[in-house]
Amino acid sequence: MNNIFVYIEIEDGAIADVSLELLTKGRDLATKLGVKLEAVVLGHNLSGIEKELSAYGAKTVWVADDAVFVPYSTLPYAAVVSGLVKAEQPQIVLFGATSVGRDFAPRVSATLKTGLTADCTQLEIGSYVDENTGREYDNLLYQIGPAFGGNVIATIICPDNRPQMATVREGVMCKRPADVQVEAEVKPIAWRDYISPEDLAVVVLDRQLEQRKINLKGANVVVAGGYGMGSKEGFKLCYDLAEVLGAEVGASRAATDAGYCEHERMIGQTGITVRPKLYIACGISGQVQHTVGMDSSSIIVSINSDADAPINKIADYAIVGKVEEVIPKMIKYYKQNSK
Amino acid sequence: MNKALKIVVLAKQVPDTRNMGEEAMTADGTVNRAALPAIFNPDDLKALELALRMKDECVGSTVHILTMGPLRAADIIRDAMFRGADGGYLLTDRRFAGSDTLATSYALSCALRKIGADVVVAGRQAIDGDTAQVGPQVAGWLGLPQVTYAEQVEQIKESSLVVRRRVERGVERVESPLPMLLTVNSSADEVRPQNAMRLMKFKYAATPSECAAEPEALRVKLAAEREYLNIVEWTADDVDCDKSILGLAGSPTKVKSVEAVVFQDKQVQSLTSSDEDIEKLMVELIASRTLG
Repeated sequence: MNNIFVYIEIEDGAIADVSLELLTKGRDLATKLGVKLEAVVLGHNLSGIEKELSAYGAKTVWVADDAVFVPYSTLPYAAVVSGLVKAEQPQIVLFGATSVGRDFAPRVSATLKTGLTADCTQLEIGSYVDENTGREYDNLLYQIGPAFGGNVIATIICPDNRPQMATVREGVMCKRPADVQVEAEVKPIAWRDYISPEDLAVVVLDRQLEQRKINLKGANVVVAGGYGMGSKEGFKLCYDLAEVLGAEVGASRAATDAGYCEHERMIGQTGITVRPKLYIACGISGQVQHTVGMDSSSIIVSINSDADAPINKIADYAIVGKVEEVIPKMIKYYKQNSK
Repeated sequence: MNKALKIVVLAKQVPDTRNMGEEAMTADGTVNRAALPAIFNPDDLKALELALRMKDECVGSTVHILTMGPLRAADIIRDAMFRGADGGYLLTDRRFAGSDTLATSYALSCALRKIGADVVVAGRQAIDGDTAQVGPQVAGWLGLPQVTYAEQVEQIKESSLVVRRRVERGVERVESPLPMLLTVNSSADEVRPQNAMRLMKFKYAATPSECAAEPEALRVKLAAEREYLNIVEWTADDVDCDKSILGLAGSPTKVKSVEAVVFQDKQVQSLTSSDEDIEKLMVELIASRTLG
């Protein structure tokens, strides 16, 4: 009772990264609160799923395993998760801010008559004093994130209603297996008790999904190349570095327009917004149209032969040098020092 | 022939956060909403267009706007009427102020119960919050099936709609029974422009408060003569609702604190391309678990 629930999203039969990121964060929160971390998973053919969830610290894995849960549909998912939460009374429930999480988490909040904070970038435990009533609250979930078009950062709390619920975008939290891994207890969800026939009234007629080729949004590390890579051949150095680091390759508009790589890799105002743990900008000058798509990266490394390039203003590490000289050295010293 | 549908579009007047200048930030880092132009939330315009297409297809259908906000939010109802909406409802009351998404969706759902609708259409999200929560929460309060991220209504059947929706990696077609709620994605079709004839016809449309503010105005006389110029205005007392779930007091979430986003000059470490510098960097990145 009063544990932390993380909703686990299944994508193409595998656990979505964002769910593992939330388990990682949920583990910290559970430790602070002295409660258990529990995973909730809906889908079909899920046997063995508890292994990976255990590795990320889930102590209990709640499973609803039936053909009715594939493909995803709002009403049965909302009904089952709401029903389970009512029965188990967790104090915190976390969802990935994916098109699935953003579809059904609000519905769960309306059913449970509790708050939900969208797109949190930080989750912390803290206290609060209500200035009007003088009442003190301990161990609340601080749901922190940009608000008002990204112009302010707000800390939101949900003092009186339970559970406290939040969604978090993929790639925002880091993903790390637990140091001590204990096999989770698997518990079946009594989902038939929660679903009514009307919940099955919406029918998915067909879906056309493309395979994820490029996963820039979810990458922890991005190696991005700009016009300064010089040529399509020169740009290959970005792929070499990315492969060694387990990174995804991105590019500036100048590089994609020059045909150095696919348009799908473009980062910036007219491309993708990324916020990886590490962003390595190779031969990118750093026009604002590019930086708006990457300036929330945790650590920014720039490699540029021009010491005055604008990118160096937002970089944590500015390497002044030629990309064709620096990148091979990065590969060499990463290999030497990792493991 | 298709049956006539009663369609209600949920819309919001929002400060234009996309073009925020420094003048909109106060010295203590909070936002001065009054300094920002108030606009029709962009996704809600997409929702309006999708609703008007259904109206075009099903003779006898009606499209009404439902919005919650201050008195000046009547502006977006008029804007929608110029583009093809039949009328609108303004839910306005100080008791709604400070509502979070749950309290907002509750108030809207109470108004919708009173209006009654076959299809409720909302924009996916509002630019001042980007939560995308109010639409699904309204559906939750009303127990309606929902289809989010809709791009197009492909087919209107006797008692259901076939909708194409955009999901993260592609498109999906779903069929949902009526009544239902749709939220419309920003990738849906652009809204039609204001129509000159409709502008002439509806430019004096007004709420009772607007009429009361200027009792001598032409619009007061016209509103009395022409029923279609009356924008409905409701307070919390006009809709059947539990007052304890309204506004700031009725919102489960509270804002504990707000900080301005400050772009600090970062502490930049300058490195050369020497072996020593690059090795030091890679060791640091590995040690801090940024890499590996």
